[in-house]
Amino acid sequence: MKITEEEVRYVADLANLKLTGEEIGRLSKDLDEILAHIDTLNELDTSNVQPMAQVLYDAGENSTLREDCERPCLDNDTALANAPLAGAGYFKVPKVIARVVER
Amino acid sequence: MSAISSGIPSLTIQEVRKGLAARVFSALELTQSALEFAQAENPKTNAYLHFSPERALRAADRVDRKLAAGEDAGPLAGVPVAVKDVIVTKGVRTTCGSRLLERYIPPYDATAVTRLEQAGGIILGKTNCDEFAMGSSNENSAFGPVKNPAALDRVPGGSSGGSAAAVAQGTAVAALGSDTGGSVRQPASFCGVVGVTPTYGRVSRYGLVAFASSLDHIGPLARNVGDAALLLETIAGRDECDATSAFAPVPDYLAALNGNVKGVKIGLPREYFEGLASETGDLIAQGVELLRKLGCQVREISLPATKYAVACYYIIATAEASSNLARYDGVRYTTRAEAETLSDMYRATRGAGFGAECKRRIMLGTYVLSHGYYDAYYLKAQKVRALIAEDFRRAFAEVDAIVAPVSPFPAFKIGEKIDDPLAMYLSDIYTITGDLAGLPCMSVPCGKTAAGLPVGMQILTQHFDETGMFRLADAFEKAGGFAG
Repeated sequence: MKITEEEVRYVADLANLKLTGEEIGRLSKDLDEILAHIDTLNELDTSNVQPMAQVLYDAGENSTLREDCERPCLDNDTALANAPLAGAGYFKVPKVIARVVER
Repeated sequence: MSAISSGIPSLTIQEVRKGLAARVFSALELTQSALEFAQAENPKTNAYLHFSPERALRAADRVDRKLAAGEDAGPLAGVPVAVKDVIVTKGVRTTCGSRLLERYIPPYDATAVTRLEQAGGIILGKTNCDEFAMGSSNENSAFGPVKNPAALDRVPGGSSGGSAAAVAQGTAVAALGSDTGGSVRQPASFCGVVGVTPTYGRVSRYGLVAFASSLDHIGPLARNVGDAALLLETIAGRDECDATSAFAPVPDYLAALNGNVKGVKIGLPREYFEGLASETGDLIAQGVELLRKLGCQVREISLPATKYAVACYYIIATAEASSNLARYDGVRYTTRAEAETLSDMYRATRGAGFGAECKRRIMLGTYVLSHGYYDAYYLKAQKVRALIAEDFRRAFAEVDAIVAPVSPFPAFKIGEKIDDPLAMYLSDIYTITGDLAGLPCMSVPCGKTAAGLPVGMQILTQHFDETGMFRLADAFEKAGGFAG
């Protein structure tokens, strides 16, 4: 076993995914198979290989920088148009900070 | 009008140009007929998710006004085009095949979309795809699978299945797709059309909804190589909205299609021809024979890191995806599941909104990036990626082009492989290497199986040598009579 159901629950928590019990069972099995396949990479000695982080970069160090000048951006209404809940020019979310009531 | 309608399913960009020049039809007449035809035919395949008639008719009107004023209306003037629904269109719904974005109306256009319309192209609508472009069969769309026009009980491939099916069905003259691990080439192969993945950075990714940013490409699909080349030419080139877009000038691809491929050195990677289904293998072998007859010099080459490509790809692609898809949390993008606390709202929204394949990839990507695993997985995969790119560098010191299969098998039945994700991933083996190395690569039709299923042949060339790739593909297509 590469991954247990408990680990799947832990990773789902990191990924902000609410999963059903059935999904957790299925994902444990799928991820286990995929991770076992991924282990084949250990056959390769890569101790002297530089990791490839960028596919291609044909430009000079500063050539992707443009002059720093003001440009119009989305107006507030447009930026909020797809929000499930907006108000007073902001995205609205469930309350994050609770008021502490002293007894 | 009926004269236009009957010709629509086989129209090419060149024919649209001639028809407009000779006043056989106006851009508006063609657009109206193309929309009517596409809307009537669409239920057969589910290739389009939605149409954009208002935008299309406005664009057609602009073309007609320019033509009436004697101005140049652009290389794609009046050409009906379909756009994959992971490419944003201002004011036109863009769902990425996901329930999460069912009602999302983007406030801006992708650069490729802007350029396509500036060149006179007419966007008829948005095409179906696997959710967030994750899949090889189009069965992961939240809005139902696409059926392959060549065999309606079979998949069109994925993830750009709707774009390939629309071009094959004749409901668009050409289309834009996106390719992260084969998502343009494999459906092009399954549907019998031309599909191109350009060099990484050749086309701006601005407005392409991000899946795996170091691997994502926008690419054209068309009924012949010349049309695909022209479409690429109009959308390619540096864009300051995408820092990874390339500065390299865009050549005149059509001018290079001169049929002269004598002496072109072609490599056949040994590792790609083991384990091929026999009919696919036979058709590719016949294709290679045809290239020999055209005067190409064919030799065997070796790309030894190939067997590690799927593992490497599914680490890098899922790691990047888990990060890119974190933004769909119920705050900004239309869909929210109600809950008492903020973190429960995130979890409930994502749990209810993402389909099974997206969840699988987000989970794998989160796992390989999680504490203590980074070196063992992500860093290791980046090193293996360097080995794969190095294999190609060595090969291209000896040959001008590499010819390979696109998929181990032709289009399979809907439902046939959906329960075995690893097997589905492994079938991407021939296409993901080109994405990992950032090379230009394409699928060009090379015949059909006895059952009538199309098979594509893959051509890969060096970075930014789309010209050499198109010249070879065009000569091949003409010699074999494979143009749609």
